[in-house]
Parts: sequence; C-alpha cells; structure tokens
Amino acid sequence: MNTVKKLTCVVCPAGCSIEATQSESGEILSVVGNTCPRGKAYAISELTHPVRTLTTTVTVTGAAESRLPVKTDRPIPRETLFEAMRIAEAFAVEAPVARGAVLIPDFIEAGTNLVACKTIEAL
Amino acid sequence: MTVQNMTEKKLIVIGGGPAGLAAAVAACDAGVPAEDILILERDREVGGILNQCIHAGFGLHRFGEELSGPEYAGRYIDMARERGIPMATDCMVLSLTDDRHVSYVSPATGFVRAHAEAIVLAMGCRERTRGALSTPGTRPAGVYTAGCAQRYVNMEGYMPGRRVVILGSGDIGLIMARRMTLEGAKVLTVCEIMPYSGGLARNIVQCLNDFDIPLQLSHTVIRIHGKERVTGVTIAAVDEANGRRPIPGTEQYIECDTLLLSCGLIPENELTRGAGIQMDRVTSGASVNQMRETSAPGIYACGNALHVHDLVDYVSEEAEIAGRAAADRILGRTAPAEAVVPVVTGYGVRYSVPQRIEIGAEPAPVRLFFRVGNPYKKVRLLVTDEAGNVLARRAKNAVAPGEMESMELSAEALRGLRARGAKEIRLFLEETAKQEDRK
Repeated sequence: MNTVKKLTCVVCPAGCSIEATQSESGEILSVVGNTCPRGKAYAISELTHPVRTLTTTVTVTGAAESRLPVKTDRPIPRETLFEAMRIAEAFAVEAPVARGAVLIPDFIEAGTNLVACKTIEAL
Repeated sequence: MTVQNMTEKKLIVIGGGPAGLAAAVAACDAGVPAEDILILERDREVGGILNQCIHAGFGLHRFGEELSGPEYAGRYIDMARERGIPMATDCMVLSLTDDRHVSYVSPATGFVRAHAEAIVLAMGCRERTRGALSTPGTRPAGVYTAGCAQRYVNMEGYMPGRRVVILGSGDIGLIMARRMTLEGAKVLTVCEIMPYSGGLARNIVQCLNDFDIPLQLSHTVIRIHGKERVTGVTIAAVDEANGRRPIPGTEQYIECDTLLLSCGLIPENELTRGAGIQMDRVTSGASVNQMRETSAPGIYACGNALHVHDLVDYVSEEAEIAGRAAADRILGRTAPAEAVVPVVTGYGVRYSVPQRIEIGAEPAPVRLFFRVGNPYKKVRLLVTDEAGNVLARRAKNAVAPGEMESMELSAEALRGLRARGAKEIRLFLEETAKQEDRK
C-alpha cells in the first residue's frame, strides 16, 4: 500500500508543507507542496535516507574543562544517533586535545570520524 | 585592594564572544596595532556563548561550511591570537562613561581604571527568566533558562533533570529539547504561547519532529508545582483574541522534574545605560548609525548587545563594521557627515538597525537589518523617503519574526537622499501583505 508522508521543508525560511507518496517498497511516487526543485530533493532525501550530524561531548581528563565538544565529520544515518551517543558516552580522552583531532576513526560508518571541536590544553 | 594608575588604550572591546573577537580582529586588520587593543572578558575563557552551543549550523555564510559553536569561536580566537591581541579573562567591567572611561576588576589585576579612544560594546544578551515571565506557582529547584541548562549539560557535564517540559520555542529551547533527549531525558512537550514558533524551521524538524516531541502552539505554563523540586506543571491553551489569557477548561497537568524556559533574549546593556547612551526601546540595544556608533562619539555597539541575531555569521559581519569604524576614528580617517537621516519603521516592521544613516561626501552602500512583527507570505519589502521615492524594493516568498531580514541601500540612493534633503528613510511591507493564515 502507498503511504503519504507529510514534511516541513527546511531548505529556506518559506517552510513549505510537502506531501510525498511512498510505495511499500520505499519508492517515492510523487512529491507535492514544494515550490522549488530543492524542496523535492529534500523530501526524497528525508524519506529514503535521512542523515544528521551528531554533536555531543565526551569526557576530557587532565584539563580545567570536564567536557570536550565533539562531532561527526559527516552526517550519519538518523536511526544510528542513539547508538552513536552510547559510544561517545563511554569514551574519554586526555588533554591536550587539538580542534579537529580525530578521536574515533570509522565512527558508525567507514570513513566517518568523531572529531574534537575545541582545543583544550593540559593543566 | 590596589588602585592602579589609568591604563590608556586605543581600543577597548567589552566582551570576548564572537562580536568582540571579530571587532578586535577587524580593527587590527584596519591598522590599529594589536598591543593598543584590549579585549575584556568576564568568563574564564573567550568565545562567549558559542562555547556551550556545541550543535552544528554556524559559519555557512562566513566560512562556507557548517561548524559547531566551539569550532566557530576557535577560528576567531586563533585569529585574535595570531595578531597578538591582548585578551583579559575573568574581567568584570563595572562602569563606562560617555567619554570612554572604563573601570573593571579581575583577580589578576585588581581594580583598574582605563581610557580608550574608541570602545566597542559587545556584551551579548541574557535570557528572559521566570521572574520576568511572572509564572505563578511555587519556587522549587528545577526551573532553568534553556541556556543555563545548556551550559550545565555541555560544559559542566551535569544533567539538570529527567522529565522535561520546555516553555517557549525559541531556538535555544528547541536545541535543548534534542540535546536533553540524546542525553537520555524525556522531553514531554514544548509549549509556545504564540500561534507560531519563533525558532528556525530547520530546528523544529531536526530537534522536535526527529524525536516525536510535540510542539503545542498557543499554549503556556500557568502553574509550577513542587516544594523542594519541580513535581509538575499545569499548561493551558491561550485565547489569541483575548490577550492570550488561559482558556478555562483546557488546563492539563504534566508530571515533570524540570522546566526549561526559552522565552526570548534581551541585549545586556547595563553599562550602556549607565553611560547615558541613547537606547532603542524595541531592540533594547543602543541606537546606532551605520558604523554602529552610538549616541556617544567613539563608542560602538555590535552583536547581540545591539540587537538579537539568529546567526552568528551576521554577528561577525556587524562586529567587523564596528571594529573598522573604531579603527577609522583612532587613525583619523572618519569623514564628516553632511546629512543625518533617521530610519523609521512602518507597516509590518518591528525595528531596524541602524536607526540612522549618516551620509558623507562619498557614501558607501548601507544594509538595513530588521525584523517583521508577524509571519507574512508573498510580501514586498520597501524602503522609501518621506516623499515616497523608492530607495530599495524586494519581493520575498515568506518572512517571519524569527528570521532577520536585510535590505541594501545603494550609494546612489544615499546620494539622492542627500541631494533632496530627505528627512526620513521609511522601511515597511507593502500593505497588500497578508498575514500568514494561522493554523
């Protein structure tokens, strides 16, 4: 059976309400409500393979700060966000850390890294 | 306590957040020697609020890539360090005068009096608190502003609570709904008293919809319950036609241990007011010309201390204007104004920055930044003089109070204003603009 999914487009401030019809196999049959081609591309991406950049913090030791902000250097599948949080929560790093340093290579997906967002000096 | 002699500087920047850092870097690049600049920062480190804004989405305009808050701050901190600009942390500025005397205290220096040829105000803004909202109920622990909770979670490593209600759908509230959820809390609902959200559409989708967090428009918290700790809140629908009063019979009790408030930001301007600088009652910031110079000569304001921005990229841009103008003054390059024309807002427009434009012999283009009062679709933005001569015009598919707009006035338009001896610049939406249908 085909299903109709409702989305709010986030490409521009207009925030168009988009309705996309998706077949049982996941194929996008139609996209309506968008007012530009970018809206259609957004709807297709959201319904077939939604991805998000994860930002969180990890424990840092030996520094004045206790938390180090980190992010994935590429968006990861949306459904893996909580799994990614569990891995990050169990991770700790010792200062000094440089902004951009790779903390966990091949994080969640091959080629995606968990990287430091801040330079933190050792005490 | 030791009272030192007067410190003399060319430029003092009050606040070491994104605005202060960008202003100082721009002033240095415009010719002010780094050692003649001093940034005064209250916190233990520079970078300002960006240090706790660990989410991504900063820098798309400025750097052409999506950075997290600490990364964006880090780039500007590096720029300031590379230039050797002195940055004093743990410094609390106590007073400012309109002739640019500053006093501050810090553990390292004690009490210091300083004077500068130019000052840039970059103190940022504060959140509206429970006291300012006058929410009835008891006074238990567990009521935080969203930004306060953000600092606890992202910088100090504490979780403020487990079952959370958020009042207000500003961007910080939306971001915290996602953050608390990822950290294992249950965000029960986000209540917004207005019939639309003040947050970016992208944040509603990625912070609420992604996690099935409900957004209840035209709803507010009418009572906070709990003795030692919050045990619940009562929410109710409000009547849009009747002063947004709670509608009897719509009350709903929600059991929770935490209430986060995301109900607006207010520019921080105690120092500005103390110096007797002219303020704008709508922005709660100083009233400025296009160089971001306040009513006090040589004192400039920028960033969220001037008006609340949605994007840090625009804060940096504005701070660079202020920093370059401060440098021009210090280096004696300021051209005298031949005309000063106030910017007056009309239909649909809440405020404009700058509030006045000074037109010299060779005017440069000026960009007006403004916010609309309500969401509108298919509008035309217009800038005219008092005689109706059109200075700039632009069509937009949609505008909303949560998204800052801008319009550029060309050098030619400004020359025309000067030649005609115009009295006013008027900024408004064409009255055919229809307010967006409220759902």
